[in-house]
Amino acid sequence: MTALPHESRDSSLSSAPPPAGDALAMRGVSLGYPGRTVIEDLDLRICARSFTVFIGPNACGKSTALKGLGRLLAPSKGAVLLNGRDLARLKTAQVAREITMLPQSPIAPPSVTVGELVARGRAPYQSVFRRYSREDERIVRESLEVTGSADLIDRPVAELSGGQRQRVWISVVLAQQTGILLLDEPTTYLDLAHQIEVLDLCARLHADGRTLVVVLHDLNLAARYATDIVAFADGRIVAEGPPADVITARTVRETFGVECTVTTDPASGTPLVVPARPPHLGAATPSIRPTDPLHSSERTP
Amino acid sequence: MSALRLFGERVSLPVRRRLVVVLVGAVFVLLGGALVSLYTGNSSIEAKITTGILIGDYAGASPFEVFTVLDVRLPRLVCALVAGFALGVSGALFQELTENPLGSPDIIGFTGGAATGAVLVTVTAGGALVGTAAGALTGGLVTAALIYLLAWRSGLDGYRLILVGIGVTAVLGAVRAYALSRADLEQATAGLRWLSGSLTGRGWDDVAIAAIGLVILAPATAALHRSVSRLSVGSDLATSQGLDVPRARIAIAVVGTAWVAVAVVVAGPISFVALAAPHIARSLSRASGAPLFSAGVFGAVLLLLADVVALRVFSPTQLPTGVVTAVVGGAYLLWLLQRLRRGTA
Repeated sequence: MTALPHESRDSSLSSAPPPAGDALAMRGVSLGYPGRTVIEDLDLRICARSFTVFIGPNACGKSTALKGLGRLLAPSKGAVLLNGRDLARLKTAQVAREITMLPQSPIAPPSVTVGELVARGRAPYQSVFRRYSREDERIVRESLEVTGSADLIDRPVAELSGGQRQRVWISVVLAQQTGILLLDEPTTYLDLAHQIEVLDLCARLHADGRTLVVVLHDLNLAARYATDIVAFADGRIVAEGPPADVITARTVRETFGVECTVTTDPASGTPLVVPARPPHLGAATPSIRPTDPLHSSERTP
Repeated sequence: MSALRLFGERVSLPVRRRLVVVLVGAVFVLLGGALVSLYTGNSSIEAKITTGILIGDYAGASPFEVFTVLDVRLPRLVCALVAGFALGVSGALFQELTENPLGSPDIIGFTGGAATGAVLVTVTAGGALVGTAAGALTGGLVTAALIYLLAWRSGLDGYRLILVGIGVTAVLGAVRAYALSRADLEQATAGLRWLSGSLTGRGWDDVAIAAIGLVILAPATAALHRSVSRLSVGSDLATSQGLDVPRARIAIAVVGTAWVAVAVVVAGPISFVALAAPHIARSLSRASGAPLFSAGVFGAVLLLLADVVALRVFSPTQLPTGVVTAVVGGAYLLWLLQRLRRGTA
């Protein structure tokens, strides 16, 4: 496992003792792009060592909020706090040793190999003359081992499958050795098996002591893996808290405008969202059982 | 990936073996081209005498031969190398800045601005060489400043830069056509000749300009190299990895523009080298980093070979070098892309 630097380095950073609980926080933050404000006056807390998942419909501001946390967007109002310190006043290189963000569609430079791409994650620790030390090499190797991609190290990134590529991108951000990982839709474009693989990996990273903030679309997977969920709609927070509190029929209606039944996931005991049958499909045919939690849990071993 | 590590790891650089091999190959091609351009020409001078002149032994050489080798062939060679290098580096910088394989100084409008400035000077002032160069430099810088200003939107956005560049370039083309249509025949011919880019008549004044440019820009580019390479994962991830992206982009734009200025002043608006050199460097070396230095080397190779062809192949008629770069560079790039598409390169 890649060592977590923030634990060993905490001593040097703890001049201002971090307020208990919050790794990241937003205080009255407005975020947007030139001529378009997406989020206004948002308050948000990300607990240290939590696995927080952002959910919400497209264009609800969840990715924008994530970019604000990762300092990819500067707030036009308010402040983002990293362990109680104003993010805007910290040096970019210093922030990069504490927070990293994997964008939704990262760009691999042409003909880059996996090892070279992961080595890019070492940038905040390097200088003009010190660009690829033995330590960098070791951490690149370890970051690939964590995601089960060690054997890909010399392959060109362009040749990888979708699942392999996503594991490699996670290795890239792991090589940055930050305590906080922000991942924007890491499971999009992946099939179910690879979605679970990526989320299992996230769960392991979380168990190792990292703070994760992940944007996801699948509510049921979100409920399974998250310790905290934040539901966004129209640039506001509709609900936040543990999955059992947030994933309710009411939140789903308010966030997505979809009627649903929320039952218990027979495999994990977490909330399970079952969208209502649209009226135009008429009554259920016998071959397809109606969404009945009893039936489904009976059938599941 | 191998690494070069020195002084107990105080210096450690990643190294691609293939890149080293390709660069050594390029240097041999450059040496070959240099020999051809120094030892051959319209006035045939014996190889032994040329060597003598080059090492400072003028015994047996006529003043004309000394002049030809030292004041015609040698400065022309140096100008080709420097201008080619400058074009290659600037092409690589602009491609990284615009995050677009077609981003080149031609598209940013600098070349068009320089050409327009030069034509205006040629047409109005009769076109003394220094005047043309000054006009080109002024035109290029003013146009570049205008385009950056118009494209600025809380930062330099690559896509916007290209669109604004295309618009401004179109307007400049119209200005140029109008100026040439108003000029008398002799001035128009001189203007057109300058527009196609040529190394004919380059002397040590031009080498001096080139040298000053190199001395200032080489260290600036070396310092910039790491930022450029870090930007190649996209501005979002680069920011997340601790790069001050807006500042890096401005630095790249300034240094890239300065390299084009050097090239335009030394060799006129040579087309295509800036676009083709980075692609050639990248596909031959298959390096993933910013190919600044190797793009420069291949820019020099392209321009030197083009100049040799322009001078020698249709001898005694001399083609403008820019015409040859367009044909040779374009054909080579097409062939390379074709090979890449078939996956055999």
